[in-house]
Amino acid sequence: MKVITKLLAATALVSASAASAVELEVTHWWTSGGEAAAVSKFAEAWNATGNTWLDGAIAGSGGTARPIIISRILGGDPMAATQLNHGRQAEELIEAGLMLDLTDVAEAGGWRDIVNPPALLDSCTLDGRIYCVPINIHSAQWLWLSHDAFEKAGVEVPADWNAFVDAAPALREAGVLPLAMGQQGWQQNLAFGAITIAVAGLDAWREVTVNRNADVAAGPEYAAVFEAVADARELARGSDVQDWNQATNMVITGNAGAQLMGDWAQGEFAVAGQIEGQDYSCLPGLGLNAILDTGGDAFYFPVNRDPEITAAQKELAALLISPDVQVAFNLAKGSLPVRGDINMAAANGCMQKGLAILADGGVLPSGDQSLSADTQLQIEDLMAQFWSGDMPAGEAQAKYASIIASAD
Amino acid sequence: MTLASDIPAQTSKRPTRLFHNLMAKIASIPMILTALVVFLGGTTWTIVYSFTGSRMLPRTNWVGFDQYERLWSSDRWIVSIKNLALYGVCSMVFTLVIAFTLAALLDRKIRFEGAFRTIFLYPFALSFVVTGLAWQWILNPDFGLQSVVRGWGWESFTFNPLNDPNTVMFGLLIAGLWQGTGLIMCIMLAGLRGIDEDIWKAARVDGIGTIKTYLVVIIPMMRPVFITSLVLIASGIIKLYDLVVAQTNGGPGISSEVPAKYVIEYMFRAQNLGQGFAASTMMLVSVVIILIPWAYLEFGGKKRG
Repeated sequence: MKVITKLLAATALVSASAASAVELEVTHWWTSGGEAAAVSKFAEAWNATGNTWLDGAIAGSGGTARPIIISRILGGDPMAATQLNHGRQAEELIEAGLMLDLTDVAEAGGWRDIVNPPALLDSCTLDGRIYCVPINIHSAQWLWLSHDAFEKAGVEVPADWNAFVDAAPALREAGVLPLAMGQQGWQQNLAFGAITIAVAGLDAWREVTVNRNADVAAGPEYAAVFEAVADARELARGSDVQDWNQATNMVITGNAGAQLMGDWAQGEFAVAGQIEGQDYSCLPGLGLNAILDTGGDAFYFPVNRDPEITAAQKELAALLISPDVQVAFNLAKGSLPVRGDINMAAANGCMQKGLAILADGGVLPSGDQSLSADTQLQIEDLMAQFWSGDMPAGEAQAKYASIIASAD
Repeated sequence: MTLASDIPAQTSKRPTRLFHNLMAKIASIPMILTALVVFLGGTTWTIVYSFTGSRMLPRTNWVGFDQYERLWSSDRWIVSIKNLALYGVCSMVFTLVIAFTLAALLDRKIRFEGAFRTIFLYPFALSFVVTGLAWQWILNPDFGLQSVVRGWGWESFTFNPLNDPNTVMFGLLIAGLWQGTGLIMCIMLAGLRGIDEDIWKAARVDGIGTIKTYLVVIIPMMRPVFITSLVLIASGIIKLYDLVVAQTNGGPGISSEVPAKYVIEYMFRAQNLGQGFAASTMMLVSVVIILIPWAYLEFGGKKRG
C-alpha cells in the first residue's frame, strides 16, 4: 500500500514536473453543503493556475480532523497544505520546525497592511515570523430570532438579549421553546462566551480570557454572567436536540424563539429559503455589545523536502488571500473576508452587519487565539455540566475561576 | 538456526531448561519482543511521561504528581470513574445471569435451537458504533420505543433514559447487554455441552431437581468457562468507549462520560498528553488492583484438580 502510494506520488511528481505544474494535497474539514461549495472556489482558482488541487476532505468536525492532520505531520507524511483554526493549535508544530515559514510571501504581498483585523495575522505569527494564511473570519456572538415564534406569542421581535429574556414567558405560554440549545459542550460553551461578552463587557472579558486574571473571573462582573447563563439554562429547558443545525431548524420552523449560534447558522436559514428581516433576524453581539470575535480558519503549509512543492506552497499561500478568491470563497461560505479592501456588496443583511462591525473595529480575538486547547476543553466540560444539570451559578463561577487560575 | 540442530536435546548430558524446545522458543521470539517492546515498553513510556508536563508533543519537563492532582480534582474524571463502576458491576452481573439463563434454556434440547442461537449471537456481529446508533434511535422519545407505545394508546408512557442524567448509564447498559450477551451465552452453551451426560443421570438418580443441579453441580464444574467469560466481560467494560461516543457522546452534560473517553479527548482534543497519560495510567492501576489478587488466587495457590 505504502509502496504503491510512493510510486504513485513519484509518477505524479515526474509527470507534474514535465508539465511544470504541481499537485498539492490540501486537507480540511469543510464537508457540509455550503462549505464544500466554498472550498471548490479555492480548487478552481488553483487549478486555473495550471496546478492541481488534490482535495483531502476529512469528514467530521475539526475535533475529528485535527488529530488526523497533526498525526500525519508528526508521522513524516505531511500534506502540502492544511486547514487549521489559527491560534494556538499549531504552536508546538511550528516550534518543532514542522511548518513552512511564509514571511517572505507575506512581505511580498503586504499582508501586514491588508489583513483586517491585524490580530488575525498576529495569531499566525511566532517570534516575528509568519506561518499561516488567514482565510476567513467566523464570529460566534450572534442571536438568531424566529419572527414566526414571536408572532405566535404576540410580542415584538426583541432588539437585544434583555428584551428577549423579558419576552420569554410569553413564548412559553404560546407553547414555544424560548431558546433552542443543542446538548453538546461546544455549543453550550459558545453560548456562554456570547453571553459573557454581552453582559460583562469587553474589559472584563479581556482581563479574564487574554490576561487570565482569576480574580476578575471570580468577581461581580462574572457573577452577573453566570446568573444570566443560569437564566438562559432555564429558557433552554426541554431542548433535547443534539446538533447545532437541529437547533437552528427549531428556530426556522418557529418551534423555538431563538438560538445562540455563530454566523454559520446563516447558511441554514439561506438553505431553508428564509429572508433576513422578514422571516428571521440576527443580532450580532446579542444586540448589547456590537463586538464580534475573530476566530476563523487559516491554512498552514507543513515543511516539505521537495523544493518544487515548497515553491508551489508559497504560490498557493499568495493565491488564497488574493482579492477575487477571498470574495468568491467567503460569499459561498457565509463568513467574513480577512481583508477590508475588497467589495462585498453581494453579501446579505447579516453579513453586512458583520462587515460594518469589522469596519468599526469592534473585534476581539477569539478564545482559540487566547486559551490553549487544554483550557478550552476544561471550560467546555464545565459548561456541559452546568447547562445540563442544576449546578448553582456561584459554584460554576468558582470552578471557572479555578480553571482560569491554572490556565497557561 | 544451525545452532538448534547442532545441539539436539537427547545427546546433551544435562539439557538446560533454556535449550529445551529451542525451535519453539525461537519461533516465539517475535511475539516475546512484541510483548516486551510494544506492551511493556509502551506502558512504561506512558507511565514515565505521565509525570511530565507534555502538551502536544512528549517532553521531559518533570512536574511530579501535578497531572494526577489535576486528574482527581476534575469533576469529569470522577463522574467517569463512577459511571464505569456502575456500568461494570451491572454489566458483569447481568451478562453472566442472562447469558447463563439463556444457555441453560437452549441446553434443554428445545426445538429450533440453531435459529435461537443465531438470533442471540447476531448483535455481536455488529460494531459498537452501529449498536450505539441503533439504540440511540430506539431510545429516542420522538421516534423510538416511547412513541411506538404511545401510538398503541398508552398516552402517558414515558421511557426516555438517554436524556436524563440519572438514567443515561442504564440506556448504555441496555445496548451493551444486547450486544455482548450473545457471545457469552455461546461460550456457556459450549461449557454446558462439555458436561458429561452421566452427571445428569447421577443427579436424577439422587433425586436432585433440575435447577438445583445447575446451581450446585453444573456451575461449579463450569469454573474455567466462567473465568473465560469474566475476562472477556471485564476487558469489554474497561475499554468501553465507542458505544458511548456513538450513543450519547458523553451527554447529557458529562453524565455518561467514561475514562477511556477522557484519555482520548485530553490527549488529542486538548492536546495535553501528560493529562491523558495520567488518566490512562490510572486505568491501568485500577485493572492491576483487580487483576493481581485474582491472579494470585487463581495461579499462585495450589493447583486445583
